[in-house]
Amino acid sequence: MSSKRLAQHSEPLLHITKRDAMVWYKGVIIRAIAIVAALIVCSALIVLLTKLNPLDVYSEMIEGSFGTERKFWILLQNIAMLLCISLAVTPAFKMKFWNLGAEGQVLVGALASAACMFYFKEVRMGDTLPLVYEAPLSNAVLIPMMLVASMAAGIIWAVIPAIFKAIWGTNESLFTLMMNYVAMQLVAFFIMVWVPNGSSVMGIINPNTESGWLPELFGQKYGFNILIVGLLTVAMYIYLKYSKQGYEISVVGESENTARYIGINVKKVIIRTLIVSGAICGIAGFLLVSGTNYTVSKDIAGGMGFTAIMVAWLAKFNPGMMVITSFLVVFMQRGAGAIATTFGLNQSVSDILTGIIIFFIIGCEFFINYKVNLRTKHKEG
Amino acid sequence: MKKLLALLLVAVMLFSFAACGGSDDTGSTGSAAADDFKIGIICLHDENSTYDNNFIQAIYAAQKELGLKDDQVLVKVNIGENEACYNAAAELVDEGCNIVFADSFGHETYMIKAAKEFKDVQFCHATGTKAQVENLPNYHNAFASIYEGRFLAGIAAGMKLNQMISEGKITADQAKIGYVGAFNYAEVVSGLTSFYLGVRYICPSVTMKVQYTNSWFDIAKEKEAALNLINSGCVLISQHADSEGAPKACEEKGVPNVAYNISTISMGPNTAIISSKIDWTPYFKMIIENYKAGKAIPTDYCGTIETGSVALTELNDKVAAPGTAEKIEEIKAKLISKEIKVFDTKTFKVGGNELTTYSADVVDMGDFKPETEAIENGAFTESSKRSAPYFDIKYIDGISE
Repeated sequence: MSSKRLAQHSEPLLHITKRDAMVWYKGVIIRAIAIVAALIVCSALIVLLTKLNPLDVYSEMIEGSFGTERKFWILLQNIAMLLCISLAVTPAFKMKFWNLGAEGQVLVGALASAACMFYFKEVRMGDTLPLVYEAPLSNAVLIPMMLVASMAAGIIWAVIPAIFKAIWGTNESLFTLMMNYVAMQLVAFFIMVWVPNGSSVMGIINPNTESGWLPELFGQKYGFNILIVGLLTVAMYIYLKYSKQGYEISVVGESENTARYIGINVKKVIIRTLIVSGAICGIAGFLLVSGTNYTVSKDIAGGMGFTAIMVAWLAKFNPGMMVITSFLVVFMQRGAGAIATTFGLNQSVSDILTGIIIFFIIGCEFFINYKVNLRTKHKEG
Repeated sequence: MKKLLALLLVAVMLFSFAACGGSDDTGSTGSAAADDFKIGIICLHDENSTYDNNFIQAIYAAQKELGLKDDQVLVKVNIGENEACYNAAAELVDEGCNIVFADSFGHETYMIKAAKEFKDVQFCHATGTKAQVENLPNYHNAFASIYEGRFLAGIAAGMKLNQMISEGKITADQAKIGYVGAFNYAEVVSGLTSFYLGVRYICPSVTMKVQYTNSWFDIAKEKEAALNLINSGCVLISQHADSEGAPKACEEKGVPNVAYNISTISMGPNTAIISSKIDWTPYFKMIIENYKAGKAIPTDYCGTIETGSVALTELNDKVAAPGTAEKIEEIKAKLISKEIKVFDTKTFKVGGNELTTYSADVVDMGDFKPETEAIENGAFTESSKRSAPYFDIKYIDGISE
């Protein structure tokens, strides 16, 4: 509507103003444009670097996630695990407690479950082939024990830095980060004790009796993982949105002084929130051992403790949105593996693509929160 | 409203997953005609790891020699030693693979799990120990008598040490070499001992110091370990770990290096002497040909120098001592004719004594208890009772940590 005119005083070509609340569909449109723009940039890069048809690459990525029923379930399972850890870090981050220790909290959780499986492992009956094995504990006893042990371990790992922060004001980022390395060494140590031949490979625990393994649900071996994380997602949404504790977390996150002023015990909230965080990380560790890998290793969390922070942040700590952001990340990872196999590309290519897409998604938040104005004549207000 | 959209998207996802759960399409796994034969390879890392690259190059070499098309060979890289391995194997079966091969020790239990489920598919696993005990018709282990290759690489190192002594660069007493090991595990111990015995065959005064990184692939740690060894007086380095860390450290310091898996001449043109390697091409060809001919794949296969499985890479004449190539050929012939046995008990001592009996953990029941007498006819019978190495004596005299 407005036409470009020469201003009497020098006005910059662009200037930026904060937007008021945006109509929701506009936000969706901006995000969609960002993804399309990212895909165009990625396509250009694919053509330049690999001379492949980008559409083939994209369709192979989709194929890699959705191509078969098995691939689809693996996709859901991977989403569930990443989502679970993202849920775990959310309350702490919302409180502005920078918990970089999810990796370690998951690891000790996994270690606790694996320890239960190992110390009550199947016993071989006799030495003649074929070998026969018996489990000393029934799954009805062992699995709940593993779950409790994992949650307890996760809580301990999260609550130590929380207590130090609450009482002595220590830096939680460094503290939780260092706890990761302690957890890794702890896992390495126990594997050395449990596997004395020095290979440092635990392998599947209880492969014959499947003792301590989560059973199938609805005919799906990952059924329980997906169900449990689904329930956790709903619970976390309600907890943050509707519970008094969830409100306290928001207040402490916004301003500790305000929280104190209105009578919230900040120390208590910090410790209590990290108990929740640690417990969910413990559950993630339990699911990784009992419902997924049936073993423990130093890299069982596979960096998800850090990826989860990005997933949670991208979703603005909304558990419902985290389903989508974790889907996005896992989809890119699965697609990466698929194009590496099909086109013989190094997986770094897909890391580059993931980086570009995430850059655009994060970048578009700028356009949602701010408006870029070209040099124009302003309406008098 | 945004929340509503989020919930809607969640609902769509849940719906799509319910819809998918209802379908009952199952991948066909019947025996394949020669044309639709496929083989799937599962690798722990990608081609940046010398270890995995060795397998990747071998399957492509076998593909070329057997005239297989590109879509008949599927390589999956960066597959961890966990459920990801089972899933990768199952996906390869879905894609019609008749043989699935995995390259890392930690893949084994997941490969066995897959083998039990997909009975029509052959599962082959390098470096594993459980095929004999599991006794499944479609699960197989493979390795090679790489200790012979290490011994030959040790010959080249010994020649270099002798050259350094005769040139007056070091005295015979200073002939101390270093070895960067991944883990304190039989495969590594067997390799470092056979290498040391090869060096000592040529240079009797040599001693060796070992340092472990506790990781199969860690460029920084391997480099650091190599530098530590060099700083403690080691005049030649070898390694059993999968990155270029040690060769590069050696090139920086100008210390000769003997490598493993691939030729490192490009990384260390002035220090790399030679590498021993397992060439997996003969094994890949054998399993593919056997499968196509309807013949069984050996339960536990051990390749040798004669099968072409144990090989040496190109000798770097710029660094190697004169006469090395001839000496290697001479010793190689003697290994083949059994005139020389690598682990001849007369050639080494343990705690000052000759070894007359040793019980090794050959049958892997998961209990880590030794049960098999390994000394026969005056030698340790490495890799003959099981392809994966079981020489785990730490250490023979002359080697220390």
